[in-house]
Amino acid sequence: MEAKEIYEKLLSKFDDGILEFKEDKTIDPYIKIKAEILPDLCFELRDNEDFLFDYLINLTGMDYGKDLGVVYHLYSMKYKHRIVLKVDLNRENPVIPSVEMIWKTANWHEREAYDMFGIIFEGHPFLVRILTPYDWEGYPLRKDYVTPEYYHGIRVPY
Amino acid sequence: MGLLNRLDQPYQGGGIFLGTLEDILNWGRSKSDWYLQFGLACCAIEFMALNASHFDFMRFGTIPRTSPRQADFIIVSGTVTLKMADRLKTLYEQMAEPRYVLSMGSCANSGGPYWEYGYHVLKGVDRIIPVDVYVPGCPPRPEAFFEGMIKLQKLINTQAIFRKRENMTKEELEALDLRNKKQQEYTERLLKEIELYRKNPENLQYSKYSIDLSKVYNKG
Repeated sequence: MEAKEIYEKLLSKFDDGILEFKEDKTIDPYIKIKAEILPDLCFELRDNEDFLFDYLINLTGMDYGKDLGVVYHLYSMKYKHRIVLKVDLNRENPVIPSVEMIWKTANWHEREAYDMFGIIFEGHPFLVRILTPYDWEGYPLRKDYVTPEYYHGIRVPY
Repeated sequence: MGLLNRLDQPYQGGGIFLGTLEDILNWGRSKSDWYLQFGLACCAIEFMALNASHFDFMRFGTIPRTSPRQADFIIVSGTVTLKMADRLKTLYEQMAEPRYVLSMGSCANSGGPYWEYGYHVLKGVDRIIPVDVYVPGCPPRPEAFFEGMIKLQKLINTQAIFRKRENMTKEELEALDLRNKKQQEYTERLLKEIELYRKNPENLQYSKYSIDLSKVYNKG
């Protein structure tokens, strides 16, 4: 199924939650949605017989400068079609529902996005830092992150 | 040192030879170094090639150890992250003296490619433990590593056990002083940390190795 068809089918069901659809030759076609409808939409994408997106290729956090965001790359093993979901988040309160109960892959990916960008995934069973130490302060991949001078008495800058 | 050269050659006479105890001890120490393997990144891949039959690192008399208690020196091969820095320090403290450190590759020497924007990388292991030999390269060729290993053996050979300073050249004295100074600095820093810990155990400057899971589960 082409991305445009997927978008049109979704539009009939989630009319008010879908913000934007962009199809371009240079990038993967993506659908931009609101954070509130994310779990319902993901269940629909996974369980509907027409879509069957059973594989979450990648989940990553983003910092666009003004907003934060999360990007989901989905793939269907049966139909071999793919789609990208994008969600924009408020920088002051970046909270988004977790999709861990839909795709188990999301568990570690969401922990990484939390670790690097400080995005809170509501409903995640074990949302703690995965790469940096547990007592690390700040979120390193945010654009306004400042490297600490000292960590445990060790000077960090060169 | 004259005896050392003779010991390396096949001894034809049999039976007896004369030498200072120091020379024999140092000869034995430098020719049977056991190292603690501490492979962290791509340098560890080069290190595997080094240990394989083509380059045959074991002809130096080295045996890899996985316990710091049995090791004479530690080879830090790869990028040391700040998370790993505390563990490295713990391992170094668990080694028996005399202990040596061989820093392998640009990352361990100075932070390597992460020297400017690596928020999580330790910019050189000499910030936490005293280093004896630096091997440059990214990663170093096995030949470069062997030169570092020969340097380390020479260092061990020049280490005096009795009447240390009398028979040393000026250069050797400088090297020994530098090493002693590094060790002294390290010990002082360690004592300071212990003092701090005794005053207030919560001030312990080590990362938490584990977390209280009940707190995490109750939160969400």
